[in-house]
Amino acid sequence: MDFNAALFTQYLIIGIASGALIALIALGYTLVYGIVELINFAHGEVFMMGALFATTVVATVGVTNDSSGVAIVFMAIAALLASMLFSGLLNAGIDRVAYRRLRNAPKLAPLIAAIGISFILQNIAIYWKGSNPITPPSLIPTEYVRYNVLTEWFGLETRIRLRVLDLAVLGVTIPLLIGLTWFVYKTRTGKAMRATAQDRDAAALMGIDVNRTIAYAFLIGGALAGAAGMIAVYYNNSARFQMGFRYGLFAFTAAVLGGIGNLAGSVIGALCIGIVWSMSDGFMSQYIEGWGAGWTPAVIFAVLVLVMIFRPTGLLGEQTVDKV
Amino acid sequence: MADTAPTMLDVQDIHTYYGHIHALKGITLQVRKGEIVTLIGSNGAGKSTTLKTISGLLQPRQGEVSLDGRRLNGVPAHKIASLGVAQSPEGRRVFPRMSVLENLEMGAFSRGKADPDDLARVFDLFPRLKERASQKAGTMSGGEQQMLAIGRALMARPTLLLLDEPSMGLAPILVEQIFGIVRDINAQGTTVLLVEQNALMALAIAHRGYVLQTGQIVLADEANALAKNEMVRKAYLGEE
Ligand SMILES: Nc1ncnc2c1ncn2[C@@H]1O[C@H](COP(=O)(O)OP(=O)(O)OP(=O)(O)O)[C@@H](O)[C@H]1O
Ligand SMILES: [Mg+2]
Repeated sequence: MDFNAALFTQYLIIGIASGALIALIALGYTLVYGIVELINFAHGEVFMMGALFATTVVATVGVTNDSSGVAIVFMAIAALLASMLFSGLLNAGIDRVAYRRLRNAPKLAPLIAAIGISFILQNIAIYWKGSNPITPPSLIPTEYVRYNVLTEWFGLETRIRLRVLDLAVLGVTIPLLIGLTWFVYKTRTGKAMRATAQDRDAAALMGIDVNRTIAYAFLIGGALAGAAGMIAVYYNNSARFQMGFRYGLFAFTAAVLGGIGNLAGSVIGALCIGIVWSMSDGFMSQYIEGWGAGWTPAVIFAVLVLVMIFRPTGLLGEQTVDKV
Repeated sequence: MADTAPTMLDVQDIHTYYGHIHALKGITLQVRKGEIVTLIGSNGAGKSTTLKTISGLLQPRQGEVSLDGRRLNGVPAHKIASLGVAQSPEGRRVFPRMSVLENLEMGAFSRGKADPDDLARVFDLFPRLKERASQKAGTMSGGEQQMLAIGRALMARPTLLLLDEPSMGLAPILVEQIFGIVRDINAQGTTVLLVEQNALMALAIAHRGYVLQTGQIVLADEANALAKNEMVRKAYLGEE
């Protein structure tokens, strides 16, 4: 069978958008790991809670197909910021209540606490929104759902579809990534975070409030997950208490692939995982009989295992120079 | 040094533990404003533990530490740093993935922003740091990192400077230089508590000294008296 370039490009677009979304989640794993060496297994659930919260915000304020474009954009931004704040505070709250007490305990203790918290959050989610998938309240006008930017804006006659949603994902993710980089490298708190990640005692001797700085890492990591939650709800047009598992697994794999603790590595790892994901979900079935989306988690796990075997430090792991 | 200068640092009978290990078994010492005081003692005597207890990285289980009359027990390390106590820790502990300049800026964290005059002064004391300003600290040689650790502590413009083995890993000529610098810093008004393996050099620049042995102070005296003390000479100055 011939290589279908148009189809490949189509799945590449989806892969990049998914990768950008995963990057936002992966950064939360990496920020927290970089500073406290904890794999925050509850992070996927923090993302999920952000997603559910976004649906509540939009439903409460409410926009309809008749609302003006400005109102819709304003609503979307407000819901995004609200989810970010919600997940950020949730993550920092978890650190305050659970992980901080275990800071000097053996490494296994906070890890187990994280797993416990992820179950608690899933149960809260079931209590809150039920166990069935929910469809988010309408936000994007129906005519835009099938709108192809390539034909409408650029007049291209092509079967490749670039949706407003794909652009919106990048439009949210890229500024957040730039903002995060600026924050970590240029602000006082960001510098304190890097110093704390590199040597906690030395940071304290400089006058850095280590606990507060760690709380900021959780806050920011959680906020990025909240943004990802809001995006995911509308990208998939569905949300559920279990959604944190798959996204969390993919994002964690991305962070490990890029070299956990390394910010740029997480973004690169996430783009790789996003592309693998979309190719496995769609493109592969064109070529391999019986291939389907059901294989994707297995493929991602295989990536994780291969990284662990051949490059345990991840793609950018060795040049740890920019590790947080 | 005038014996009448007010006590800046007062350590009263502190006991510090690592889990069940009783590392400090009642340390009492004073540092008066303007002094250089040295703590000497063999490996594992508790010198670094004493400094860490003063700077708040460790909390004493018993006893009291006070600075200018203010009790420091229970005060976290970052607050003690903002009271004007800076430490150049054992093993240098520079931020490896930050540049030399960034490390120096972190030194001034508790003061808000790095003062260009302080930076100029540090570069003046250690021209090597100026040459390497943009190099990642982790890729510097051990001696260069030691200079950076001291420079970083000076960036806080401390009133009390805690130095843990500043001559460690330095070439002999640099050791001389470092001790000269410590004396200069002190002459410019910084009070210094100096931990050293190199007891001879430490006693040569210090006003007073304490000798530690397995978590206790066994001798305390004027530095020149300690340098003449037979036990000190045998145990720490390598004389038979
Ligand atoms: N993190 C730790 N955990 C357990 N015990 C420790 C720890 N740090 C130090 N100790 C113990 O406390 C005692 C005092 O150690 P400390 O580091 O204060 O000695 P020191 O006088 O600075 O020695 P050196 O000259 O080798 O630096 C030693 O017996 C040491 O083994
Ligand atoms: Mg020591």
